[in-house]
Order: sequence, then structure tokens, then C-alpha cells
Amino acid sequence: MSETLARTPLYALHVELGARLVPFAGWEMPVQYTGIIEEHLAVRRTAGLFDVSHMGEARVRGADAASFLDGIMTNEMSSIRIGTARYTVMCQPDGGCVDDLIVYRLAETEFLICLNAANASKDIAWMRSLVGKAKVEIIDECNDWAQLALQGPLAEQILATLTSLPLATLKRFTFVIGEVAGAAGCIVSRTGYTGSPGFEIYLPSASADKVARALLAAGRPLGLIPTGLGARDSLRLEANYPLYGHEISERISPIQAGLGWTVKFAKSAFVGREALARQAEGGPPSSVILFSLDDRRIARQGAAIFAGEVSVGEVLSGTLSPLLNKPIGTALVAAGYASSADLCVDIRGHRIPLHIATAPFVK
Amino acid sequence: MSNVPADLRYTKDHEWIRLAADGTATIGITDHAQAALGDVTFVDLPKAGKIFAHGDVFGTVESVKAASDLYSPVSCEILEANGALNNAPDLVNREPYTSAWMIRVKVTNPSELAALLDAAGYQAVL
Repeated sequence: MSETLARTPLYALHVELGARLVPFAGWEMPVQYTGIIEEHLAVRRTAGLFDVSHMGEARVRGADAASFLDGIMTNEMSSIRIGTARYTVMCQPDGGCVDDLIVYRLAETEFLICLNAANASKDIAWMRSLVGKAKVEIIDECNDWAQLALQGPLAEQILATLTSLPLATLKRFTFVIGEVAGAAGCIVSRTGYTGSPGFEIYLPSASADKVARALLAAGRPLGLIPTGLGARDSLRLEANYPLYGHEISERISPIQAGLGWTVKFAKSAFVGREALARQAEGGPPSSVILFSLDDRRIARQGAAIFAGEVSVGEVLSGTLSPLLNKPIGTALVAAGYASSADLCVDIRGHRIPLHIATAPFVK
Repeated sequence: MSNVPADLRYTKDHEWIRLAADGTATIGITDHAQAALGDVTFVDLPKAGKIFAHGDVFGTVESVKAASDLYSPVSCEILEANGALNNAPDLVNREPYTSAWMIRVKVTNPSELAALLDAAGYQAVL
């Protein structure tokens, strides 16, 4: 079985930078440049630049765009202010997740939606299947946009050298549109997937290479380094951000995943509402926990969770937290065990006690 | 390019073996192996006295990305495991052929040594 992998507009730059490229969601992506731990710590201490151009984009526009989105997303879309973004989940009728997304309101009747790479085609087909009589158009813009994530405490200082956009007044989950490093039409959003401050920049594909090189040149003296998907995963896990296919999926609902805050039962009907309301009221059959281990072994996806000799769940994600210097992870555990003090994880025959965390490892 | 010292023997599983005149051997993983693993976070090694047949799993080396089994390149008895790797698993990335040796063993079936690769033979499988 051979599959042709897609390449982002930064492919040549990745090769030049000595990245290790791996297949990810149909794309040939950099998993690391110098090392996952070093890249992770750069984002926590200075800054890192991620190529996330594999992420998909869809534009939804038309007179009914806001009410259409309200009907297919768990979060409230009609109340998003222009220039603001909102995180949401899109659910199946049974409450399972089609995807988790960030929705940017560009105008009264126009939205740009960021889609997970692995789900982009599925999401667009799903949205189109639900249009019905709504006056709305769903435009696939996956190939039009590149995306860079500039993340870390020095991200603003670095980006400010390349744009006159008002970064200092840009609040979390808001965005501005303008020029970055001479490239027009960039969306600069104060969002991210790392738990450190920073920006996500949507830019026309043709400008990506130029802007990425300009950012690296401006940031290197301050400690900016290119960072890959490996660090992206350990950073998001420290911050307890879900990854589709792990903490949320077609079989794990937002209620189970601890994303109940994105589900707005008070708004009008939306796909999945009844199933999610039943879970929210009666309690879901299982739920996602965040944990750490006092050990060196990493509990990886699929490792069994035990309460005594009873198997009560499995690990969804696991890595070493460079910040804690301990293994951390998430697990799906049966109802009644989500705050148990007596859970263990089986790692290659070793039973390691699991410490359930009540807050993310970074704020 | 990976570093492949000329004075060692190798397996296609990316382990190196340094043979001593007294019938003992020191075993670790190659530069190629450590680079493929990425940041090593844990090395699980057997206690002295344990006995392994050729090809048995004698331990695990774990990186941020994955856990990989370590295969005994020859039948052997463990004389000593490298305790320094408990506190500094990253030595495997920095000095795979020297301070990050993993086990010192008594070779119990010396006839198996003939099947090991020399440096040129190992280079050919990379």
C-alpha cells in the first residue's frame, strides 16, 4: 500500500533545517528538528515556530451562516463577535465528536473554520450534508492557506518586529488581518495549542516560506527555534488540550472529555444535543482523566488502567512532561473511577500508581 | 551519517558488542539507534545473574516517542547493568558507545559470535 503524502509550502525549509519528516494525517510533516525535549522547553522559555499548514480551513458564508453553525456546533456561534474566535466541537447525533474546531468570525455572515488535518475532508462533507435549505455556502480553502504557530513567552516581541498590526492589544481568542513580513492578507490570531502565550498565523500558501524565514531570522537571536509535531504533542498534553483521535473521537463525546463548557444546551437545537444532555444529566459511562506517574516509564496509548485487579480503562495519550520531568497522560476510565486514588496503569507488566491531576500542568 | 566504530561488532537490531579477551562482552545500542529513537528517557535493564538466550529481550529503551525492546545479541549471563543510565538516560543520546554501555555479560555460547556483523557489515544494513 503506497500513499502519496502531501507537502506543505515549507517542505524545502524543513529539509534545509534538518527536520525528521514523518507521515502524519496524509502529510509529510516535521516531527522534530533538534530534539523533542529541547523544542518543548524553547516554547516554554523563549519561543518556537511550528508549521501547521496541514490543518484544514473552510469558509462558511451566507445569510444563514451563523444560525447554520449554531445548528451543527455544540458551542454558540451566533454570539461570536467579528474579530473573535471560539473553540467548539461538532458532534454526531449520538454525541460522538466529528471534530473539534476553532471558528473565526470574519463578518456578520462569514466565518473561517480551522479543521484537523485528518478530518478536513470528512468535516467539509459533513457540513455540506447538513445544509438543507439554509442560505449558506461552504468553501473548501484547505489548499489556499498555510498556517504557522509562533508560540512562547517571546512570541509577541518577535512578531512585532515584522508587523505593524496591534499585537499588544490583541486579547486571547481575538484576531486581526493584515501584513506580516511584507505578506498581505494574513490572519494573526492570539490562539495556540501549547499552553504558552503566542499566535497562530493563517497566511496565503504562496507567502508561507518567506514569512517563516523572516520569523526565524528575527527570532533566532532571542532563542526562537523551529519546533515539530513531537513537541506540539507534549506541549498540548501538559496544557490538557484534547487531540482528536485520542481524548475526543467518534466514540468519546465532549461531555466525557471534560469539554462540557463548550456544549451550550441553552441555545436552539443542534446535532447531538439530546444525547449530550442525557450524558450531562445521568453522567457518561466513562470519562477522560489527566494523570502523572512517579516513574520513568511512559504510559502509552492503549495501556490498561486497573482498580485492583479490575480493568477500568485505557490510556489515550502519554508522553514525558519536560516541565515536570515525569510521565504524564490521559486515560478513559469507567464511571465512578475518575477521582479514584487507587488506579494503576500496566506498563509492560509493571503496575505503576497513577496520580490524577485536577488541573493542567501548565496554566 | 552515523558513527560506526571499527573495533566493535554489531547486530542488525542496532546493538553493539565489545568483546574482551576474558570471554566477557559489553553491549549497548548504536549511534544510528539512538538517533532514530530521539530523546531517551528511560532504560530498563536486567539484574546481575539473569540468563538470556540469543535473541531474548533483555531490556527496554524508551524515548519520548516510543519504547523499544533490547535483544540479547548472544546467549549470556548478566554480570552488571549500567546504573548510571538510571539517573542519566540521555547519556544514550550523547555517548552511545562509551558511557552509555548497557550491560556487561559473560558470553555463554562463544560459537554465536561468528554470526555478529563487523563495522562494514553493519554499515551495509543502515
